[in-house]
Amino acid sequence: MTDAPTPTTKRSSTDEFGVIEHVPDPNDGDAAVLRTEELLLNMGPQHPSTHGVLRVVLDLEGERILKATPHLGYLHRGTEKLAEGKTYQQIVTLTDRLDYVCAMTNNFAYVRAVEKLLGVKVPPRAEYVRTIVAELQRISGHLFWLGTQALDIGAMTVFFYTFREREILIELFEKLCGARLTYSYYTVGGVSDDLTPEIIAALRAFLKAFPDKIIEYNTLLETNRIWLARTKGVAVISAEDAVSYSLTGPTLRGSGVNYDVRKAEPYAAYADVEWEVPLGKNGDTYDRYYIRLEEIRQSARIVSQCLDKLPDGPVSIDVPGITFPAKDRVMVDMESLIHHFKMACEGIRPPKGEIYCATEAPKGELGFYINSDGGNHPYRLKIRSPSFVHLGAFDHMARGYLIADIVTIFGTYDVVMGECDR
Amino acid sequence: MHPSAQSIRERFPDAVTGVKEAFGELTVSVRKDRIVDVCRALRDDPAWAFNFLSDVSSVDYPDAEERFEVNYHLYSIDKCHRVRLKARVSEDDCRIESVTSVWAGANFMEREVYDLMGIEFVNHPDLRRILLTDDFDGFPLRKDYPTEGRGWRNTFEFLPTTEGPVS
Repeated sequence: MTDAPTPTTKRSSTDEFGVIEHVPDPNDGDAAVLRTEELLLNMGPQHPSTHGVLRVVLDLEGERILKATPHLGYLHRGTEKLAEGKTYQQIVTLTDRLDYVCAMTNNFAYVRAVEKLLGVKVPPRAEYVRTIVAELQRISGHLFWLGTQALDIGAMTVFFYTFREREILIELFEKLCGARLTYSYYTVGGVSDDLTPEIIAALRAFLKAFPDKIIEYNTLLETNRIWLARTKGVAVISAEDAVSYSLTGPTLRGSGVNYDVRKAEPYAAYADVEWEVPLGKNGDTYDRYYIRLEEIRQSARIVSQCLDKLPDGPVSIDVPGITFPAKDRVMVDMESLIHHFKMACEGIRPPKGEIYCATEAPKGELGFYINSDGGNHPYRLKIRSPSFVHLGAFDHMARGYLIADIVTIFGTYDVVMGECDR
Repeated sequence: MHPSAQSIRERFPDAVTGVKEAFGELTVSVRKDRIVDVCRALRDDPAWAFNFLSDVSSVDYPDAEERFEVNYHLYSIDKCHRVRLKARVSEDDCRIESVTSVWAGANFMEREVYDLMGIEFVNHPDLRRILLTDDFDGFPLRKDYPTEGRGWRNTFEFLPTTEGPVS
């Protein structure tokens, strides 16, 4: 912890009349010189622009940031330790609470890791449904970012526009799995519910109207002088530094580095559909805004192609010991009842070994390292969360900017503290 | 055998203690005093070009001779391949050289390992607790740290309340 700077003028004991002695005379020697000491300013953890409970101590020289020290951990819940005592399906609910605005992709990243450990391949329809839902989550996550970032910077209207579309998506998710934020929709071996014709129709209607909405957001911002002045040239990081600081997602691609896990190591249905990875040039917040807006377009493109190609079949594998048997069978079939009972009591027992599985979450590379000793809960589970790694570059990216820019720099990573502190 | 596994072994015959391939992933065990050399070579050699550090994590094996294991997950953005480096650290000499000089991003990742597992990173520029408070006692991800039950938080002094029980 950094100490507060000691004042140059010492306040000494008061005399008998209660008057303070040694009050510096502005006309006397050193005190007359303008004081140029550094100022320490605490920001957060309750500041509205920190999107949660991030606390940063700023070393300031006037308005300029000399050093920014993030203090994390205000939302630390010990997810990794808790996971060591839970069965593999129970951990899915813990992952919902990491990046709570994009819970679907957290579920996805986790179940992919477990499936890699188990060597399980999910049915084609499940792959497509997973891709559709993950991309819808990316759209809703980026809309959340766009709305709040613009709100923090001073363009309030965008917030209402993006949350309007986000609400449609959240209602779709609610129809799909019954929850608005903490979905636990992805299960090991597939997904819990299939897309109904009603949801597909609603989705197609959404996709039809959506391109115009993206243009709408852009018209609100692209000629907004405040938005341009506060994002262009702010929080710049070069491509080499971005790689060295292990940045991922739009934050890395804003600097022009072409690394997207969906392209580099294609999973789900990403290899079957056409889409592009947008890249930035300047590595500033404006480029990241541009990339996120373009990613929304690409996600919509992926979703509509997946809907066209959506294969028939089950949305989950049916393997005793990995998935729960269907509820209607459990009620009539003894075997299924036993499997259900064993799954609920014992859970999945993957083979001994360790894997690292990376997934492209809206914020960047979300990796799960699972070390299994052959038991029904992980021996060690490590979550590589993009928000945590991104804040490692915070000091580097904040130096030299003004205090007013700090709000932009917080927002530029799309940081969510639930994921950062775990 | 994986082509890079062979070449890594040839390049560092004295540092590499084991190579394993499982689940389609390559794991190379390295002696802990050579970790920075190996990392730097893997990053700089164009044949490997591991320019990206995905993650640093740790595992606790209480019964093993060398209790802790530090895992480095490396990735090459140009070559699209991954490798996991492993180094074992004993409880008596619970320290390992920091790789912050190779990848700047290792700073926070190593601080997290230090915070939760208690492994000290030598030559780390700013080794402090990161997720837990500075006065936290113990390293929660060690296997001998309980998940449940009374612990450090029960040592807090309660703030004086008004008289009588709080309804």
